Amino acid sequence: MTQSLYEKIGGEAAVDAAVDLFYRKVLADTRINQFFTSTDMVRQHAKQKAFLTMALGGPHSYTGKDMRAAHAHLVVNGLNDSHFDAVMEHLGATLTELGVPAELIGQAAAIAESTRKDVLGR
Amino acid sequence: MATITFSGTAYSCHADETVLEALIRQGAEPPSSCRSGSCQTCMMRAVEGTPPPDSQKGLKPTLQHRGFFLACICRTTTDMQVALAGNEALPKVLVTVISKTQLNPQTLRLRLQPASPFEFQAGQFINLHRPDGLIRSYSIASLPSEGVVELHVELLPNGQMSQWLHDQINPGDQFNIDGAHGDCFYLGEKPQQNMLLIGTGSGLAPLWGIARAALEQGHQGEIHLFHGSRSAERLYLVDELNALTRQHSNFHYTPCLSGNDSQGFTAGRANEVALKQFPKLNGWSVYLCGHPEMVNNTKRDCFLAGAGFQEIYADPFTISGQ
Ligand code: HEM
Ligand code: FES
Repeated sequence: MTQSLYEKIGGEAAVDAAVDLFYRKVLADTRINQFFTSTDMVRQHAKQKAFLTMALGGPHSYTGKDMRAAHAHLVVNGLNDSHFDAVMEHLGATLTELGVPAELIGQAAAIAESTRKDVLGR
Repeated sequence: MATITFSGTAYSCHADETVLEALIRQGAEPPSSCRSGSCQTCMMRAVEGTPPPDSQKGLKPTLQHRGFFLACICRTTTDMQVALAGNEALPKVLVTVISKTQLNPQTLRLRLQPASPFEFQAGQFINLHRPDGLIRSYSIASLPSEGVVELHVELLPNGQMSQWLHDQINPGDQFNIDGAHGDCFYLGEKPQQNMLLIGTGSGLAPLWGIARAALEQGHQGEIHLFHGSRSAERLYLVDELNALTRQHSNFHYTPCLSGNDSQGFTAGRANEVALKQFPKLNGWSVYLCGHPEMVNNTKRDCFLAGAGFQEIYADPFTISGQ
């Protein structure tokens, strides 16, 4: 049986290692951190784990509709392609930092990219 | 098959389904989102029974310790009584005020004697019930070994509960509390870890408890406590904290004044002074309490300075001026 991308990258342990790194980059980035100023940072942190699990092809039950709903309030506040690109950049940088091979990073990026329309509500 | 009791109703849970699936199959509507154990939307607490460790993955150690788990990844063969996280109805306990003293002109120290056994950890909080139904949260400053519940009550402008406690309450009076709530306490699993404690105003209460709990349990890492206030007369427990630094070489106390005149104390806001002194917090644990905006911004700043998210503790309630 062939391993899924999620398994190849290291499964949940890899996501755990990635989530702090990734979220630190996002919060430090003035292009997008205005979307992450909610008072409940702990909850948001957990959601970034859900994001990474999904981008790495791990188990989740989000549909495109869920992605629209989860980001709809951000679209109202101006979420656009440039913000999406910034998140993609941090995803790539995080995985590079963790030593994930370029080919697998490409696969993760493609999964994340496939949600663009839903996340941006188009 | 296990029986899961939720909101007073018993639900059956088969071996091949999760607690979340079992509840939904039988018509309950607990919140959920990812259904794969990462978003924490479905977090619950086992009020009776022990959740399997697998269902506690990714939760803070202090939450694991208190029986919180994720319903969407919880498969169990033992019976449990569960409640939604944040919505756990804990029984009220009657307490008697045994002493009422001033810590400074605007802060009271209330010591309460529970009428029945009351479990808590220093740094957790309780809800105080005024007989007319008004409820406010206060952090616990005492240690379980002291046997009493100590609160520090700052008099707030228009603060209904704080004014009542300051003006009307006397030793011998009784009221109800419920709790203990919150995951902001010392667990003792990492005795070598450095600890950063930052509080403003009566946010010192839980930190005074947590620091002493850590020292009581023989914590070996450095413990740095920063207490901020606007002026010297709003600081409190200064002598006690200075005494603690003399008794324990790994305990450090920095009172900070944010007003124009620092009156010989460290000048600046406690959170800013602390992060200037410790710009890299990799591997530290952090405890924050006090002004909600300070707590929220400092959470972010400590995380950006390298502290892991699971290692940043703050009680969720905000101080109400109403
Ligand atoms: C790259 C593709 C993206 C994916 C796959 C994705 C995925 C997710 C997921 C799974 C959640 C959790 C939803 C829930 O359980 O409620 C979430 C929440 C969130 N996402 Fe995204 N996301 C993406 C892009 C973005 C972008 C570009 C931004 C903003 C710059 C963003 C900001 C947020 C915020 C702020 C939340 C938390 C909302 C809340 O607190 O309820 N996301 N995302
Ligand atoms: S629903 Fe996301 S952790 Fe359970």
